[in-house]
Amino acid sequence: MGRIVLDKVTKRFGDVEVIPPLDLTIEEGEFTVFVGPSGCGKSTLLRLIAGLEDVTDGLIQIDGTDATSLAPAKRRLAMVFQSYALYPHMSVRKNIAFPLKMAGLGRAEIKRRVDNAASVLNLTDYLDRRPGQLSGGQRQRVAIGRAIVREPAAFLFDEPLSNLDAALRVGMRLEISELHERLRTTMIYVTHDQVEAMTMADKIVVLQAGVIEQVGSPLELYKAPKNKFVAGFIGSPKMNFVEGPEAAKYGAHTIGIRPEHIEVSADSGAWSGVVSVSEHLGSDTFFHVHDTGLADSITVRADGDVGFRHGDKVFLQPREELIHRFDAQGQRIE
Amino acid sequence: MARAVSNRRRAINTALAWAVGLLIFFPILWTILTSFKTEGQAIADPPVFLFFDWTLENYAIVQERSNYMRFLMNSIIIAGGSTLLGIIVGVPAAWSMAFVPSRRTKDILMWMLSTKMLPAVGVLYPIYLLFIQLGLLDSRLGLVIVLMLINLPIIIWMLYTYFKEIPGEILEAARMDGASLGKEILYILTPMAIPGIASTILLNIILAWNEAFWTLNLTAAKAGPLTAFIASYSSPEGLFYAKLSAASTMAIAPILILGWFSQKQLVRGLTFGAVK
Repeated sequence: MGRIVLDKVTKRFGDVEVIPPLDLTIEEGEFTVFVGPSGCGKSTLLRLIAGLEDVTDGLIQIDGTDATSLAPAKRRLAMVFQSYALYPHMSVRKNIAFPLKMAGLGRAEIKRRVDNAASVLNLTDYLDRRPGQLSGGQRQRVAIGRAIVREPAAFLFDEPLSNLDAALRVGMRLEISELHERLRTTMIYVTHDQVEAMTMADKIVVLQAGVIEQVGSPLELYKAPKNKFVAGFIGSPKMNFVEGPEAAKYGAHTIGIRPEHIEVSADSGAWSGVVSVSEHLGSDTFFHVHDTGLADSITVRADGDVGFRHGDKVFLQPREELIHRFDAQGQRIE
Repeated sequence: MARAVSNRRRAINTALAWAVGLLIFFPILWTILTSFKTEGQAIADPPVFLFFDWTLENYAIVQERSNYMRFLMNSIIIAGGSTLLGIIVGVPAAWSMAFVPSRRTKDILMWMLSTKMLPAVGVLYPIYLLFIQLGLLDSRLGLVIVLMLINLPIIIWMLYTYFKEIPGEILEAARMDGASLGKEILYILTPMAIPGIASTILLNIILAWNEAFWTLNLTAAKAGPLTAFIASYSSPEGLFYAKLSAASTMAIAPILILGWFSQKQLVRGLTFGAVK
């Protein structure tokens, strides 16, 4: 249950093609994350799968049946929206019960399922409240509760955590991951936050301008990005890119090296520069090194107790085996 | 110092507001006062304000001469019926314009409003002929339809503005939750738009209640509402101000009372979206 296949799915708004023909298979039970910068078409793609937008061309299959022109209600998908989209005039209980009521379930069954979902999500004490009386995290849980009671073929999440504050976001991230472990239902999750993508996904789909740049597990994307875009998008802080003669040494147009793959020291290294800004996070320190002659700024990640400061001259040694090479088109050279 | 100035300002503003309010209300007050005078006092020069012989005689005569209850029932049915019908047509229309707009939606809205600029008398003749053909002259049904049609642009415009305020994601959530279009409108949109729908209903009842052109031209004895009731006191045997006033007071009393009780709702409705 919950295998979704997109076959040459295309979306045009008037003359603007937001999604050129696109193929993608989401396996049953998989946690798939669509990630990309804003405007890359990830939300549109999700809404096409949901049926909230009509596809211009192509096919969408859900569990082997053609769902391309099915109404959203008939696709057995549940969706959690960025704004939660709770029904403000209904109590929490009625919000969660709404999809069951629409499905025509009996009163006793609805009560049983709602109570069950509420206890899973720690909402039992809030069932009689209105959404307006809940905190952001609680609203988010109600939205998730409304999705899980239906036992859908797949869950769709549209940037569900972006309205929460940072601490709550980490907590909810874990809760959603745990929910997936327990239910093992297909989940499609849209986010612009690569940390969410890396931590939650079985499979990440990186999108840019409606085109899939790469599909793979978080570590595949981290270790072997197919092109410069993916290389720069996945990983934090961002990968450093160096062009010119230094790249030519490696037989590439551009080389990429992640901040955590550069050693910094006061006396020796292949490259050198001057520390512009140092950011001390406690566990790590990020140095932004200027005047290297390689790029405007090279970011380096070091241990928390490495103590260079603004203006210090430092030497940098990239770990050669972890350098990524790209050609003039930005494609990876193996 | 600043405090004193703002206090004085407030006093001036309050006095001004009262003055304007009284000015607007004065004709209604005068009508009500006149209804309690004798015919002689009603046209006295100089006019008498409060110190006259209060009498209920006019009401008794009006009550005796015409069947107030029948006119009242007609008014209720025509105003209520045209509003109900208008809402039934207006809600889906406003829904589609607010949530699935096309490139022409704005034009259609403007066109609908533009029909209100047409002088009603311009279409009196064709409508009168139509009514003869359809046998709708002097029928409540005919008036319900005509008043619904002339107020429909206002109903749709008002509902459209309220619906625009409702986040589309909530309706999409309902669709994902398995609601059909009808259930989406019934369970989600309508309850969320209740304040807006209520003020639309109120305003429309008031408009339909006070509508005089069509009600006077298309009815005779049978379907005449309270506007016809008032009109029947204005001409035949010359002007009898006191009785005319009594009839007017009786005609406007129900709607005044309705307006009084719902003024909060009305003000909220009319300024909806303007202040957030």
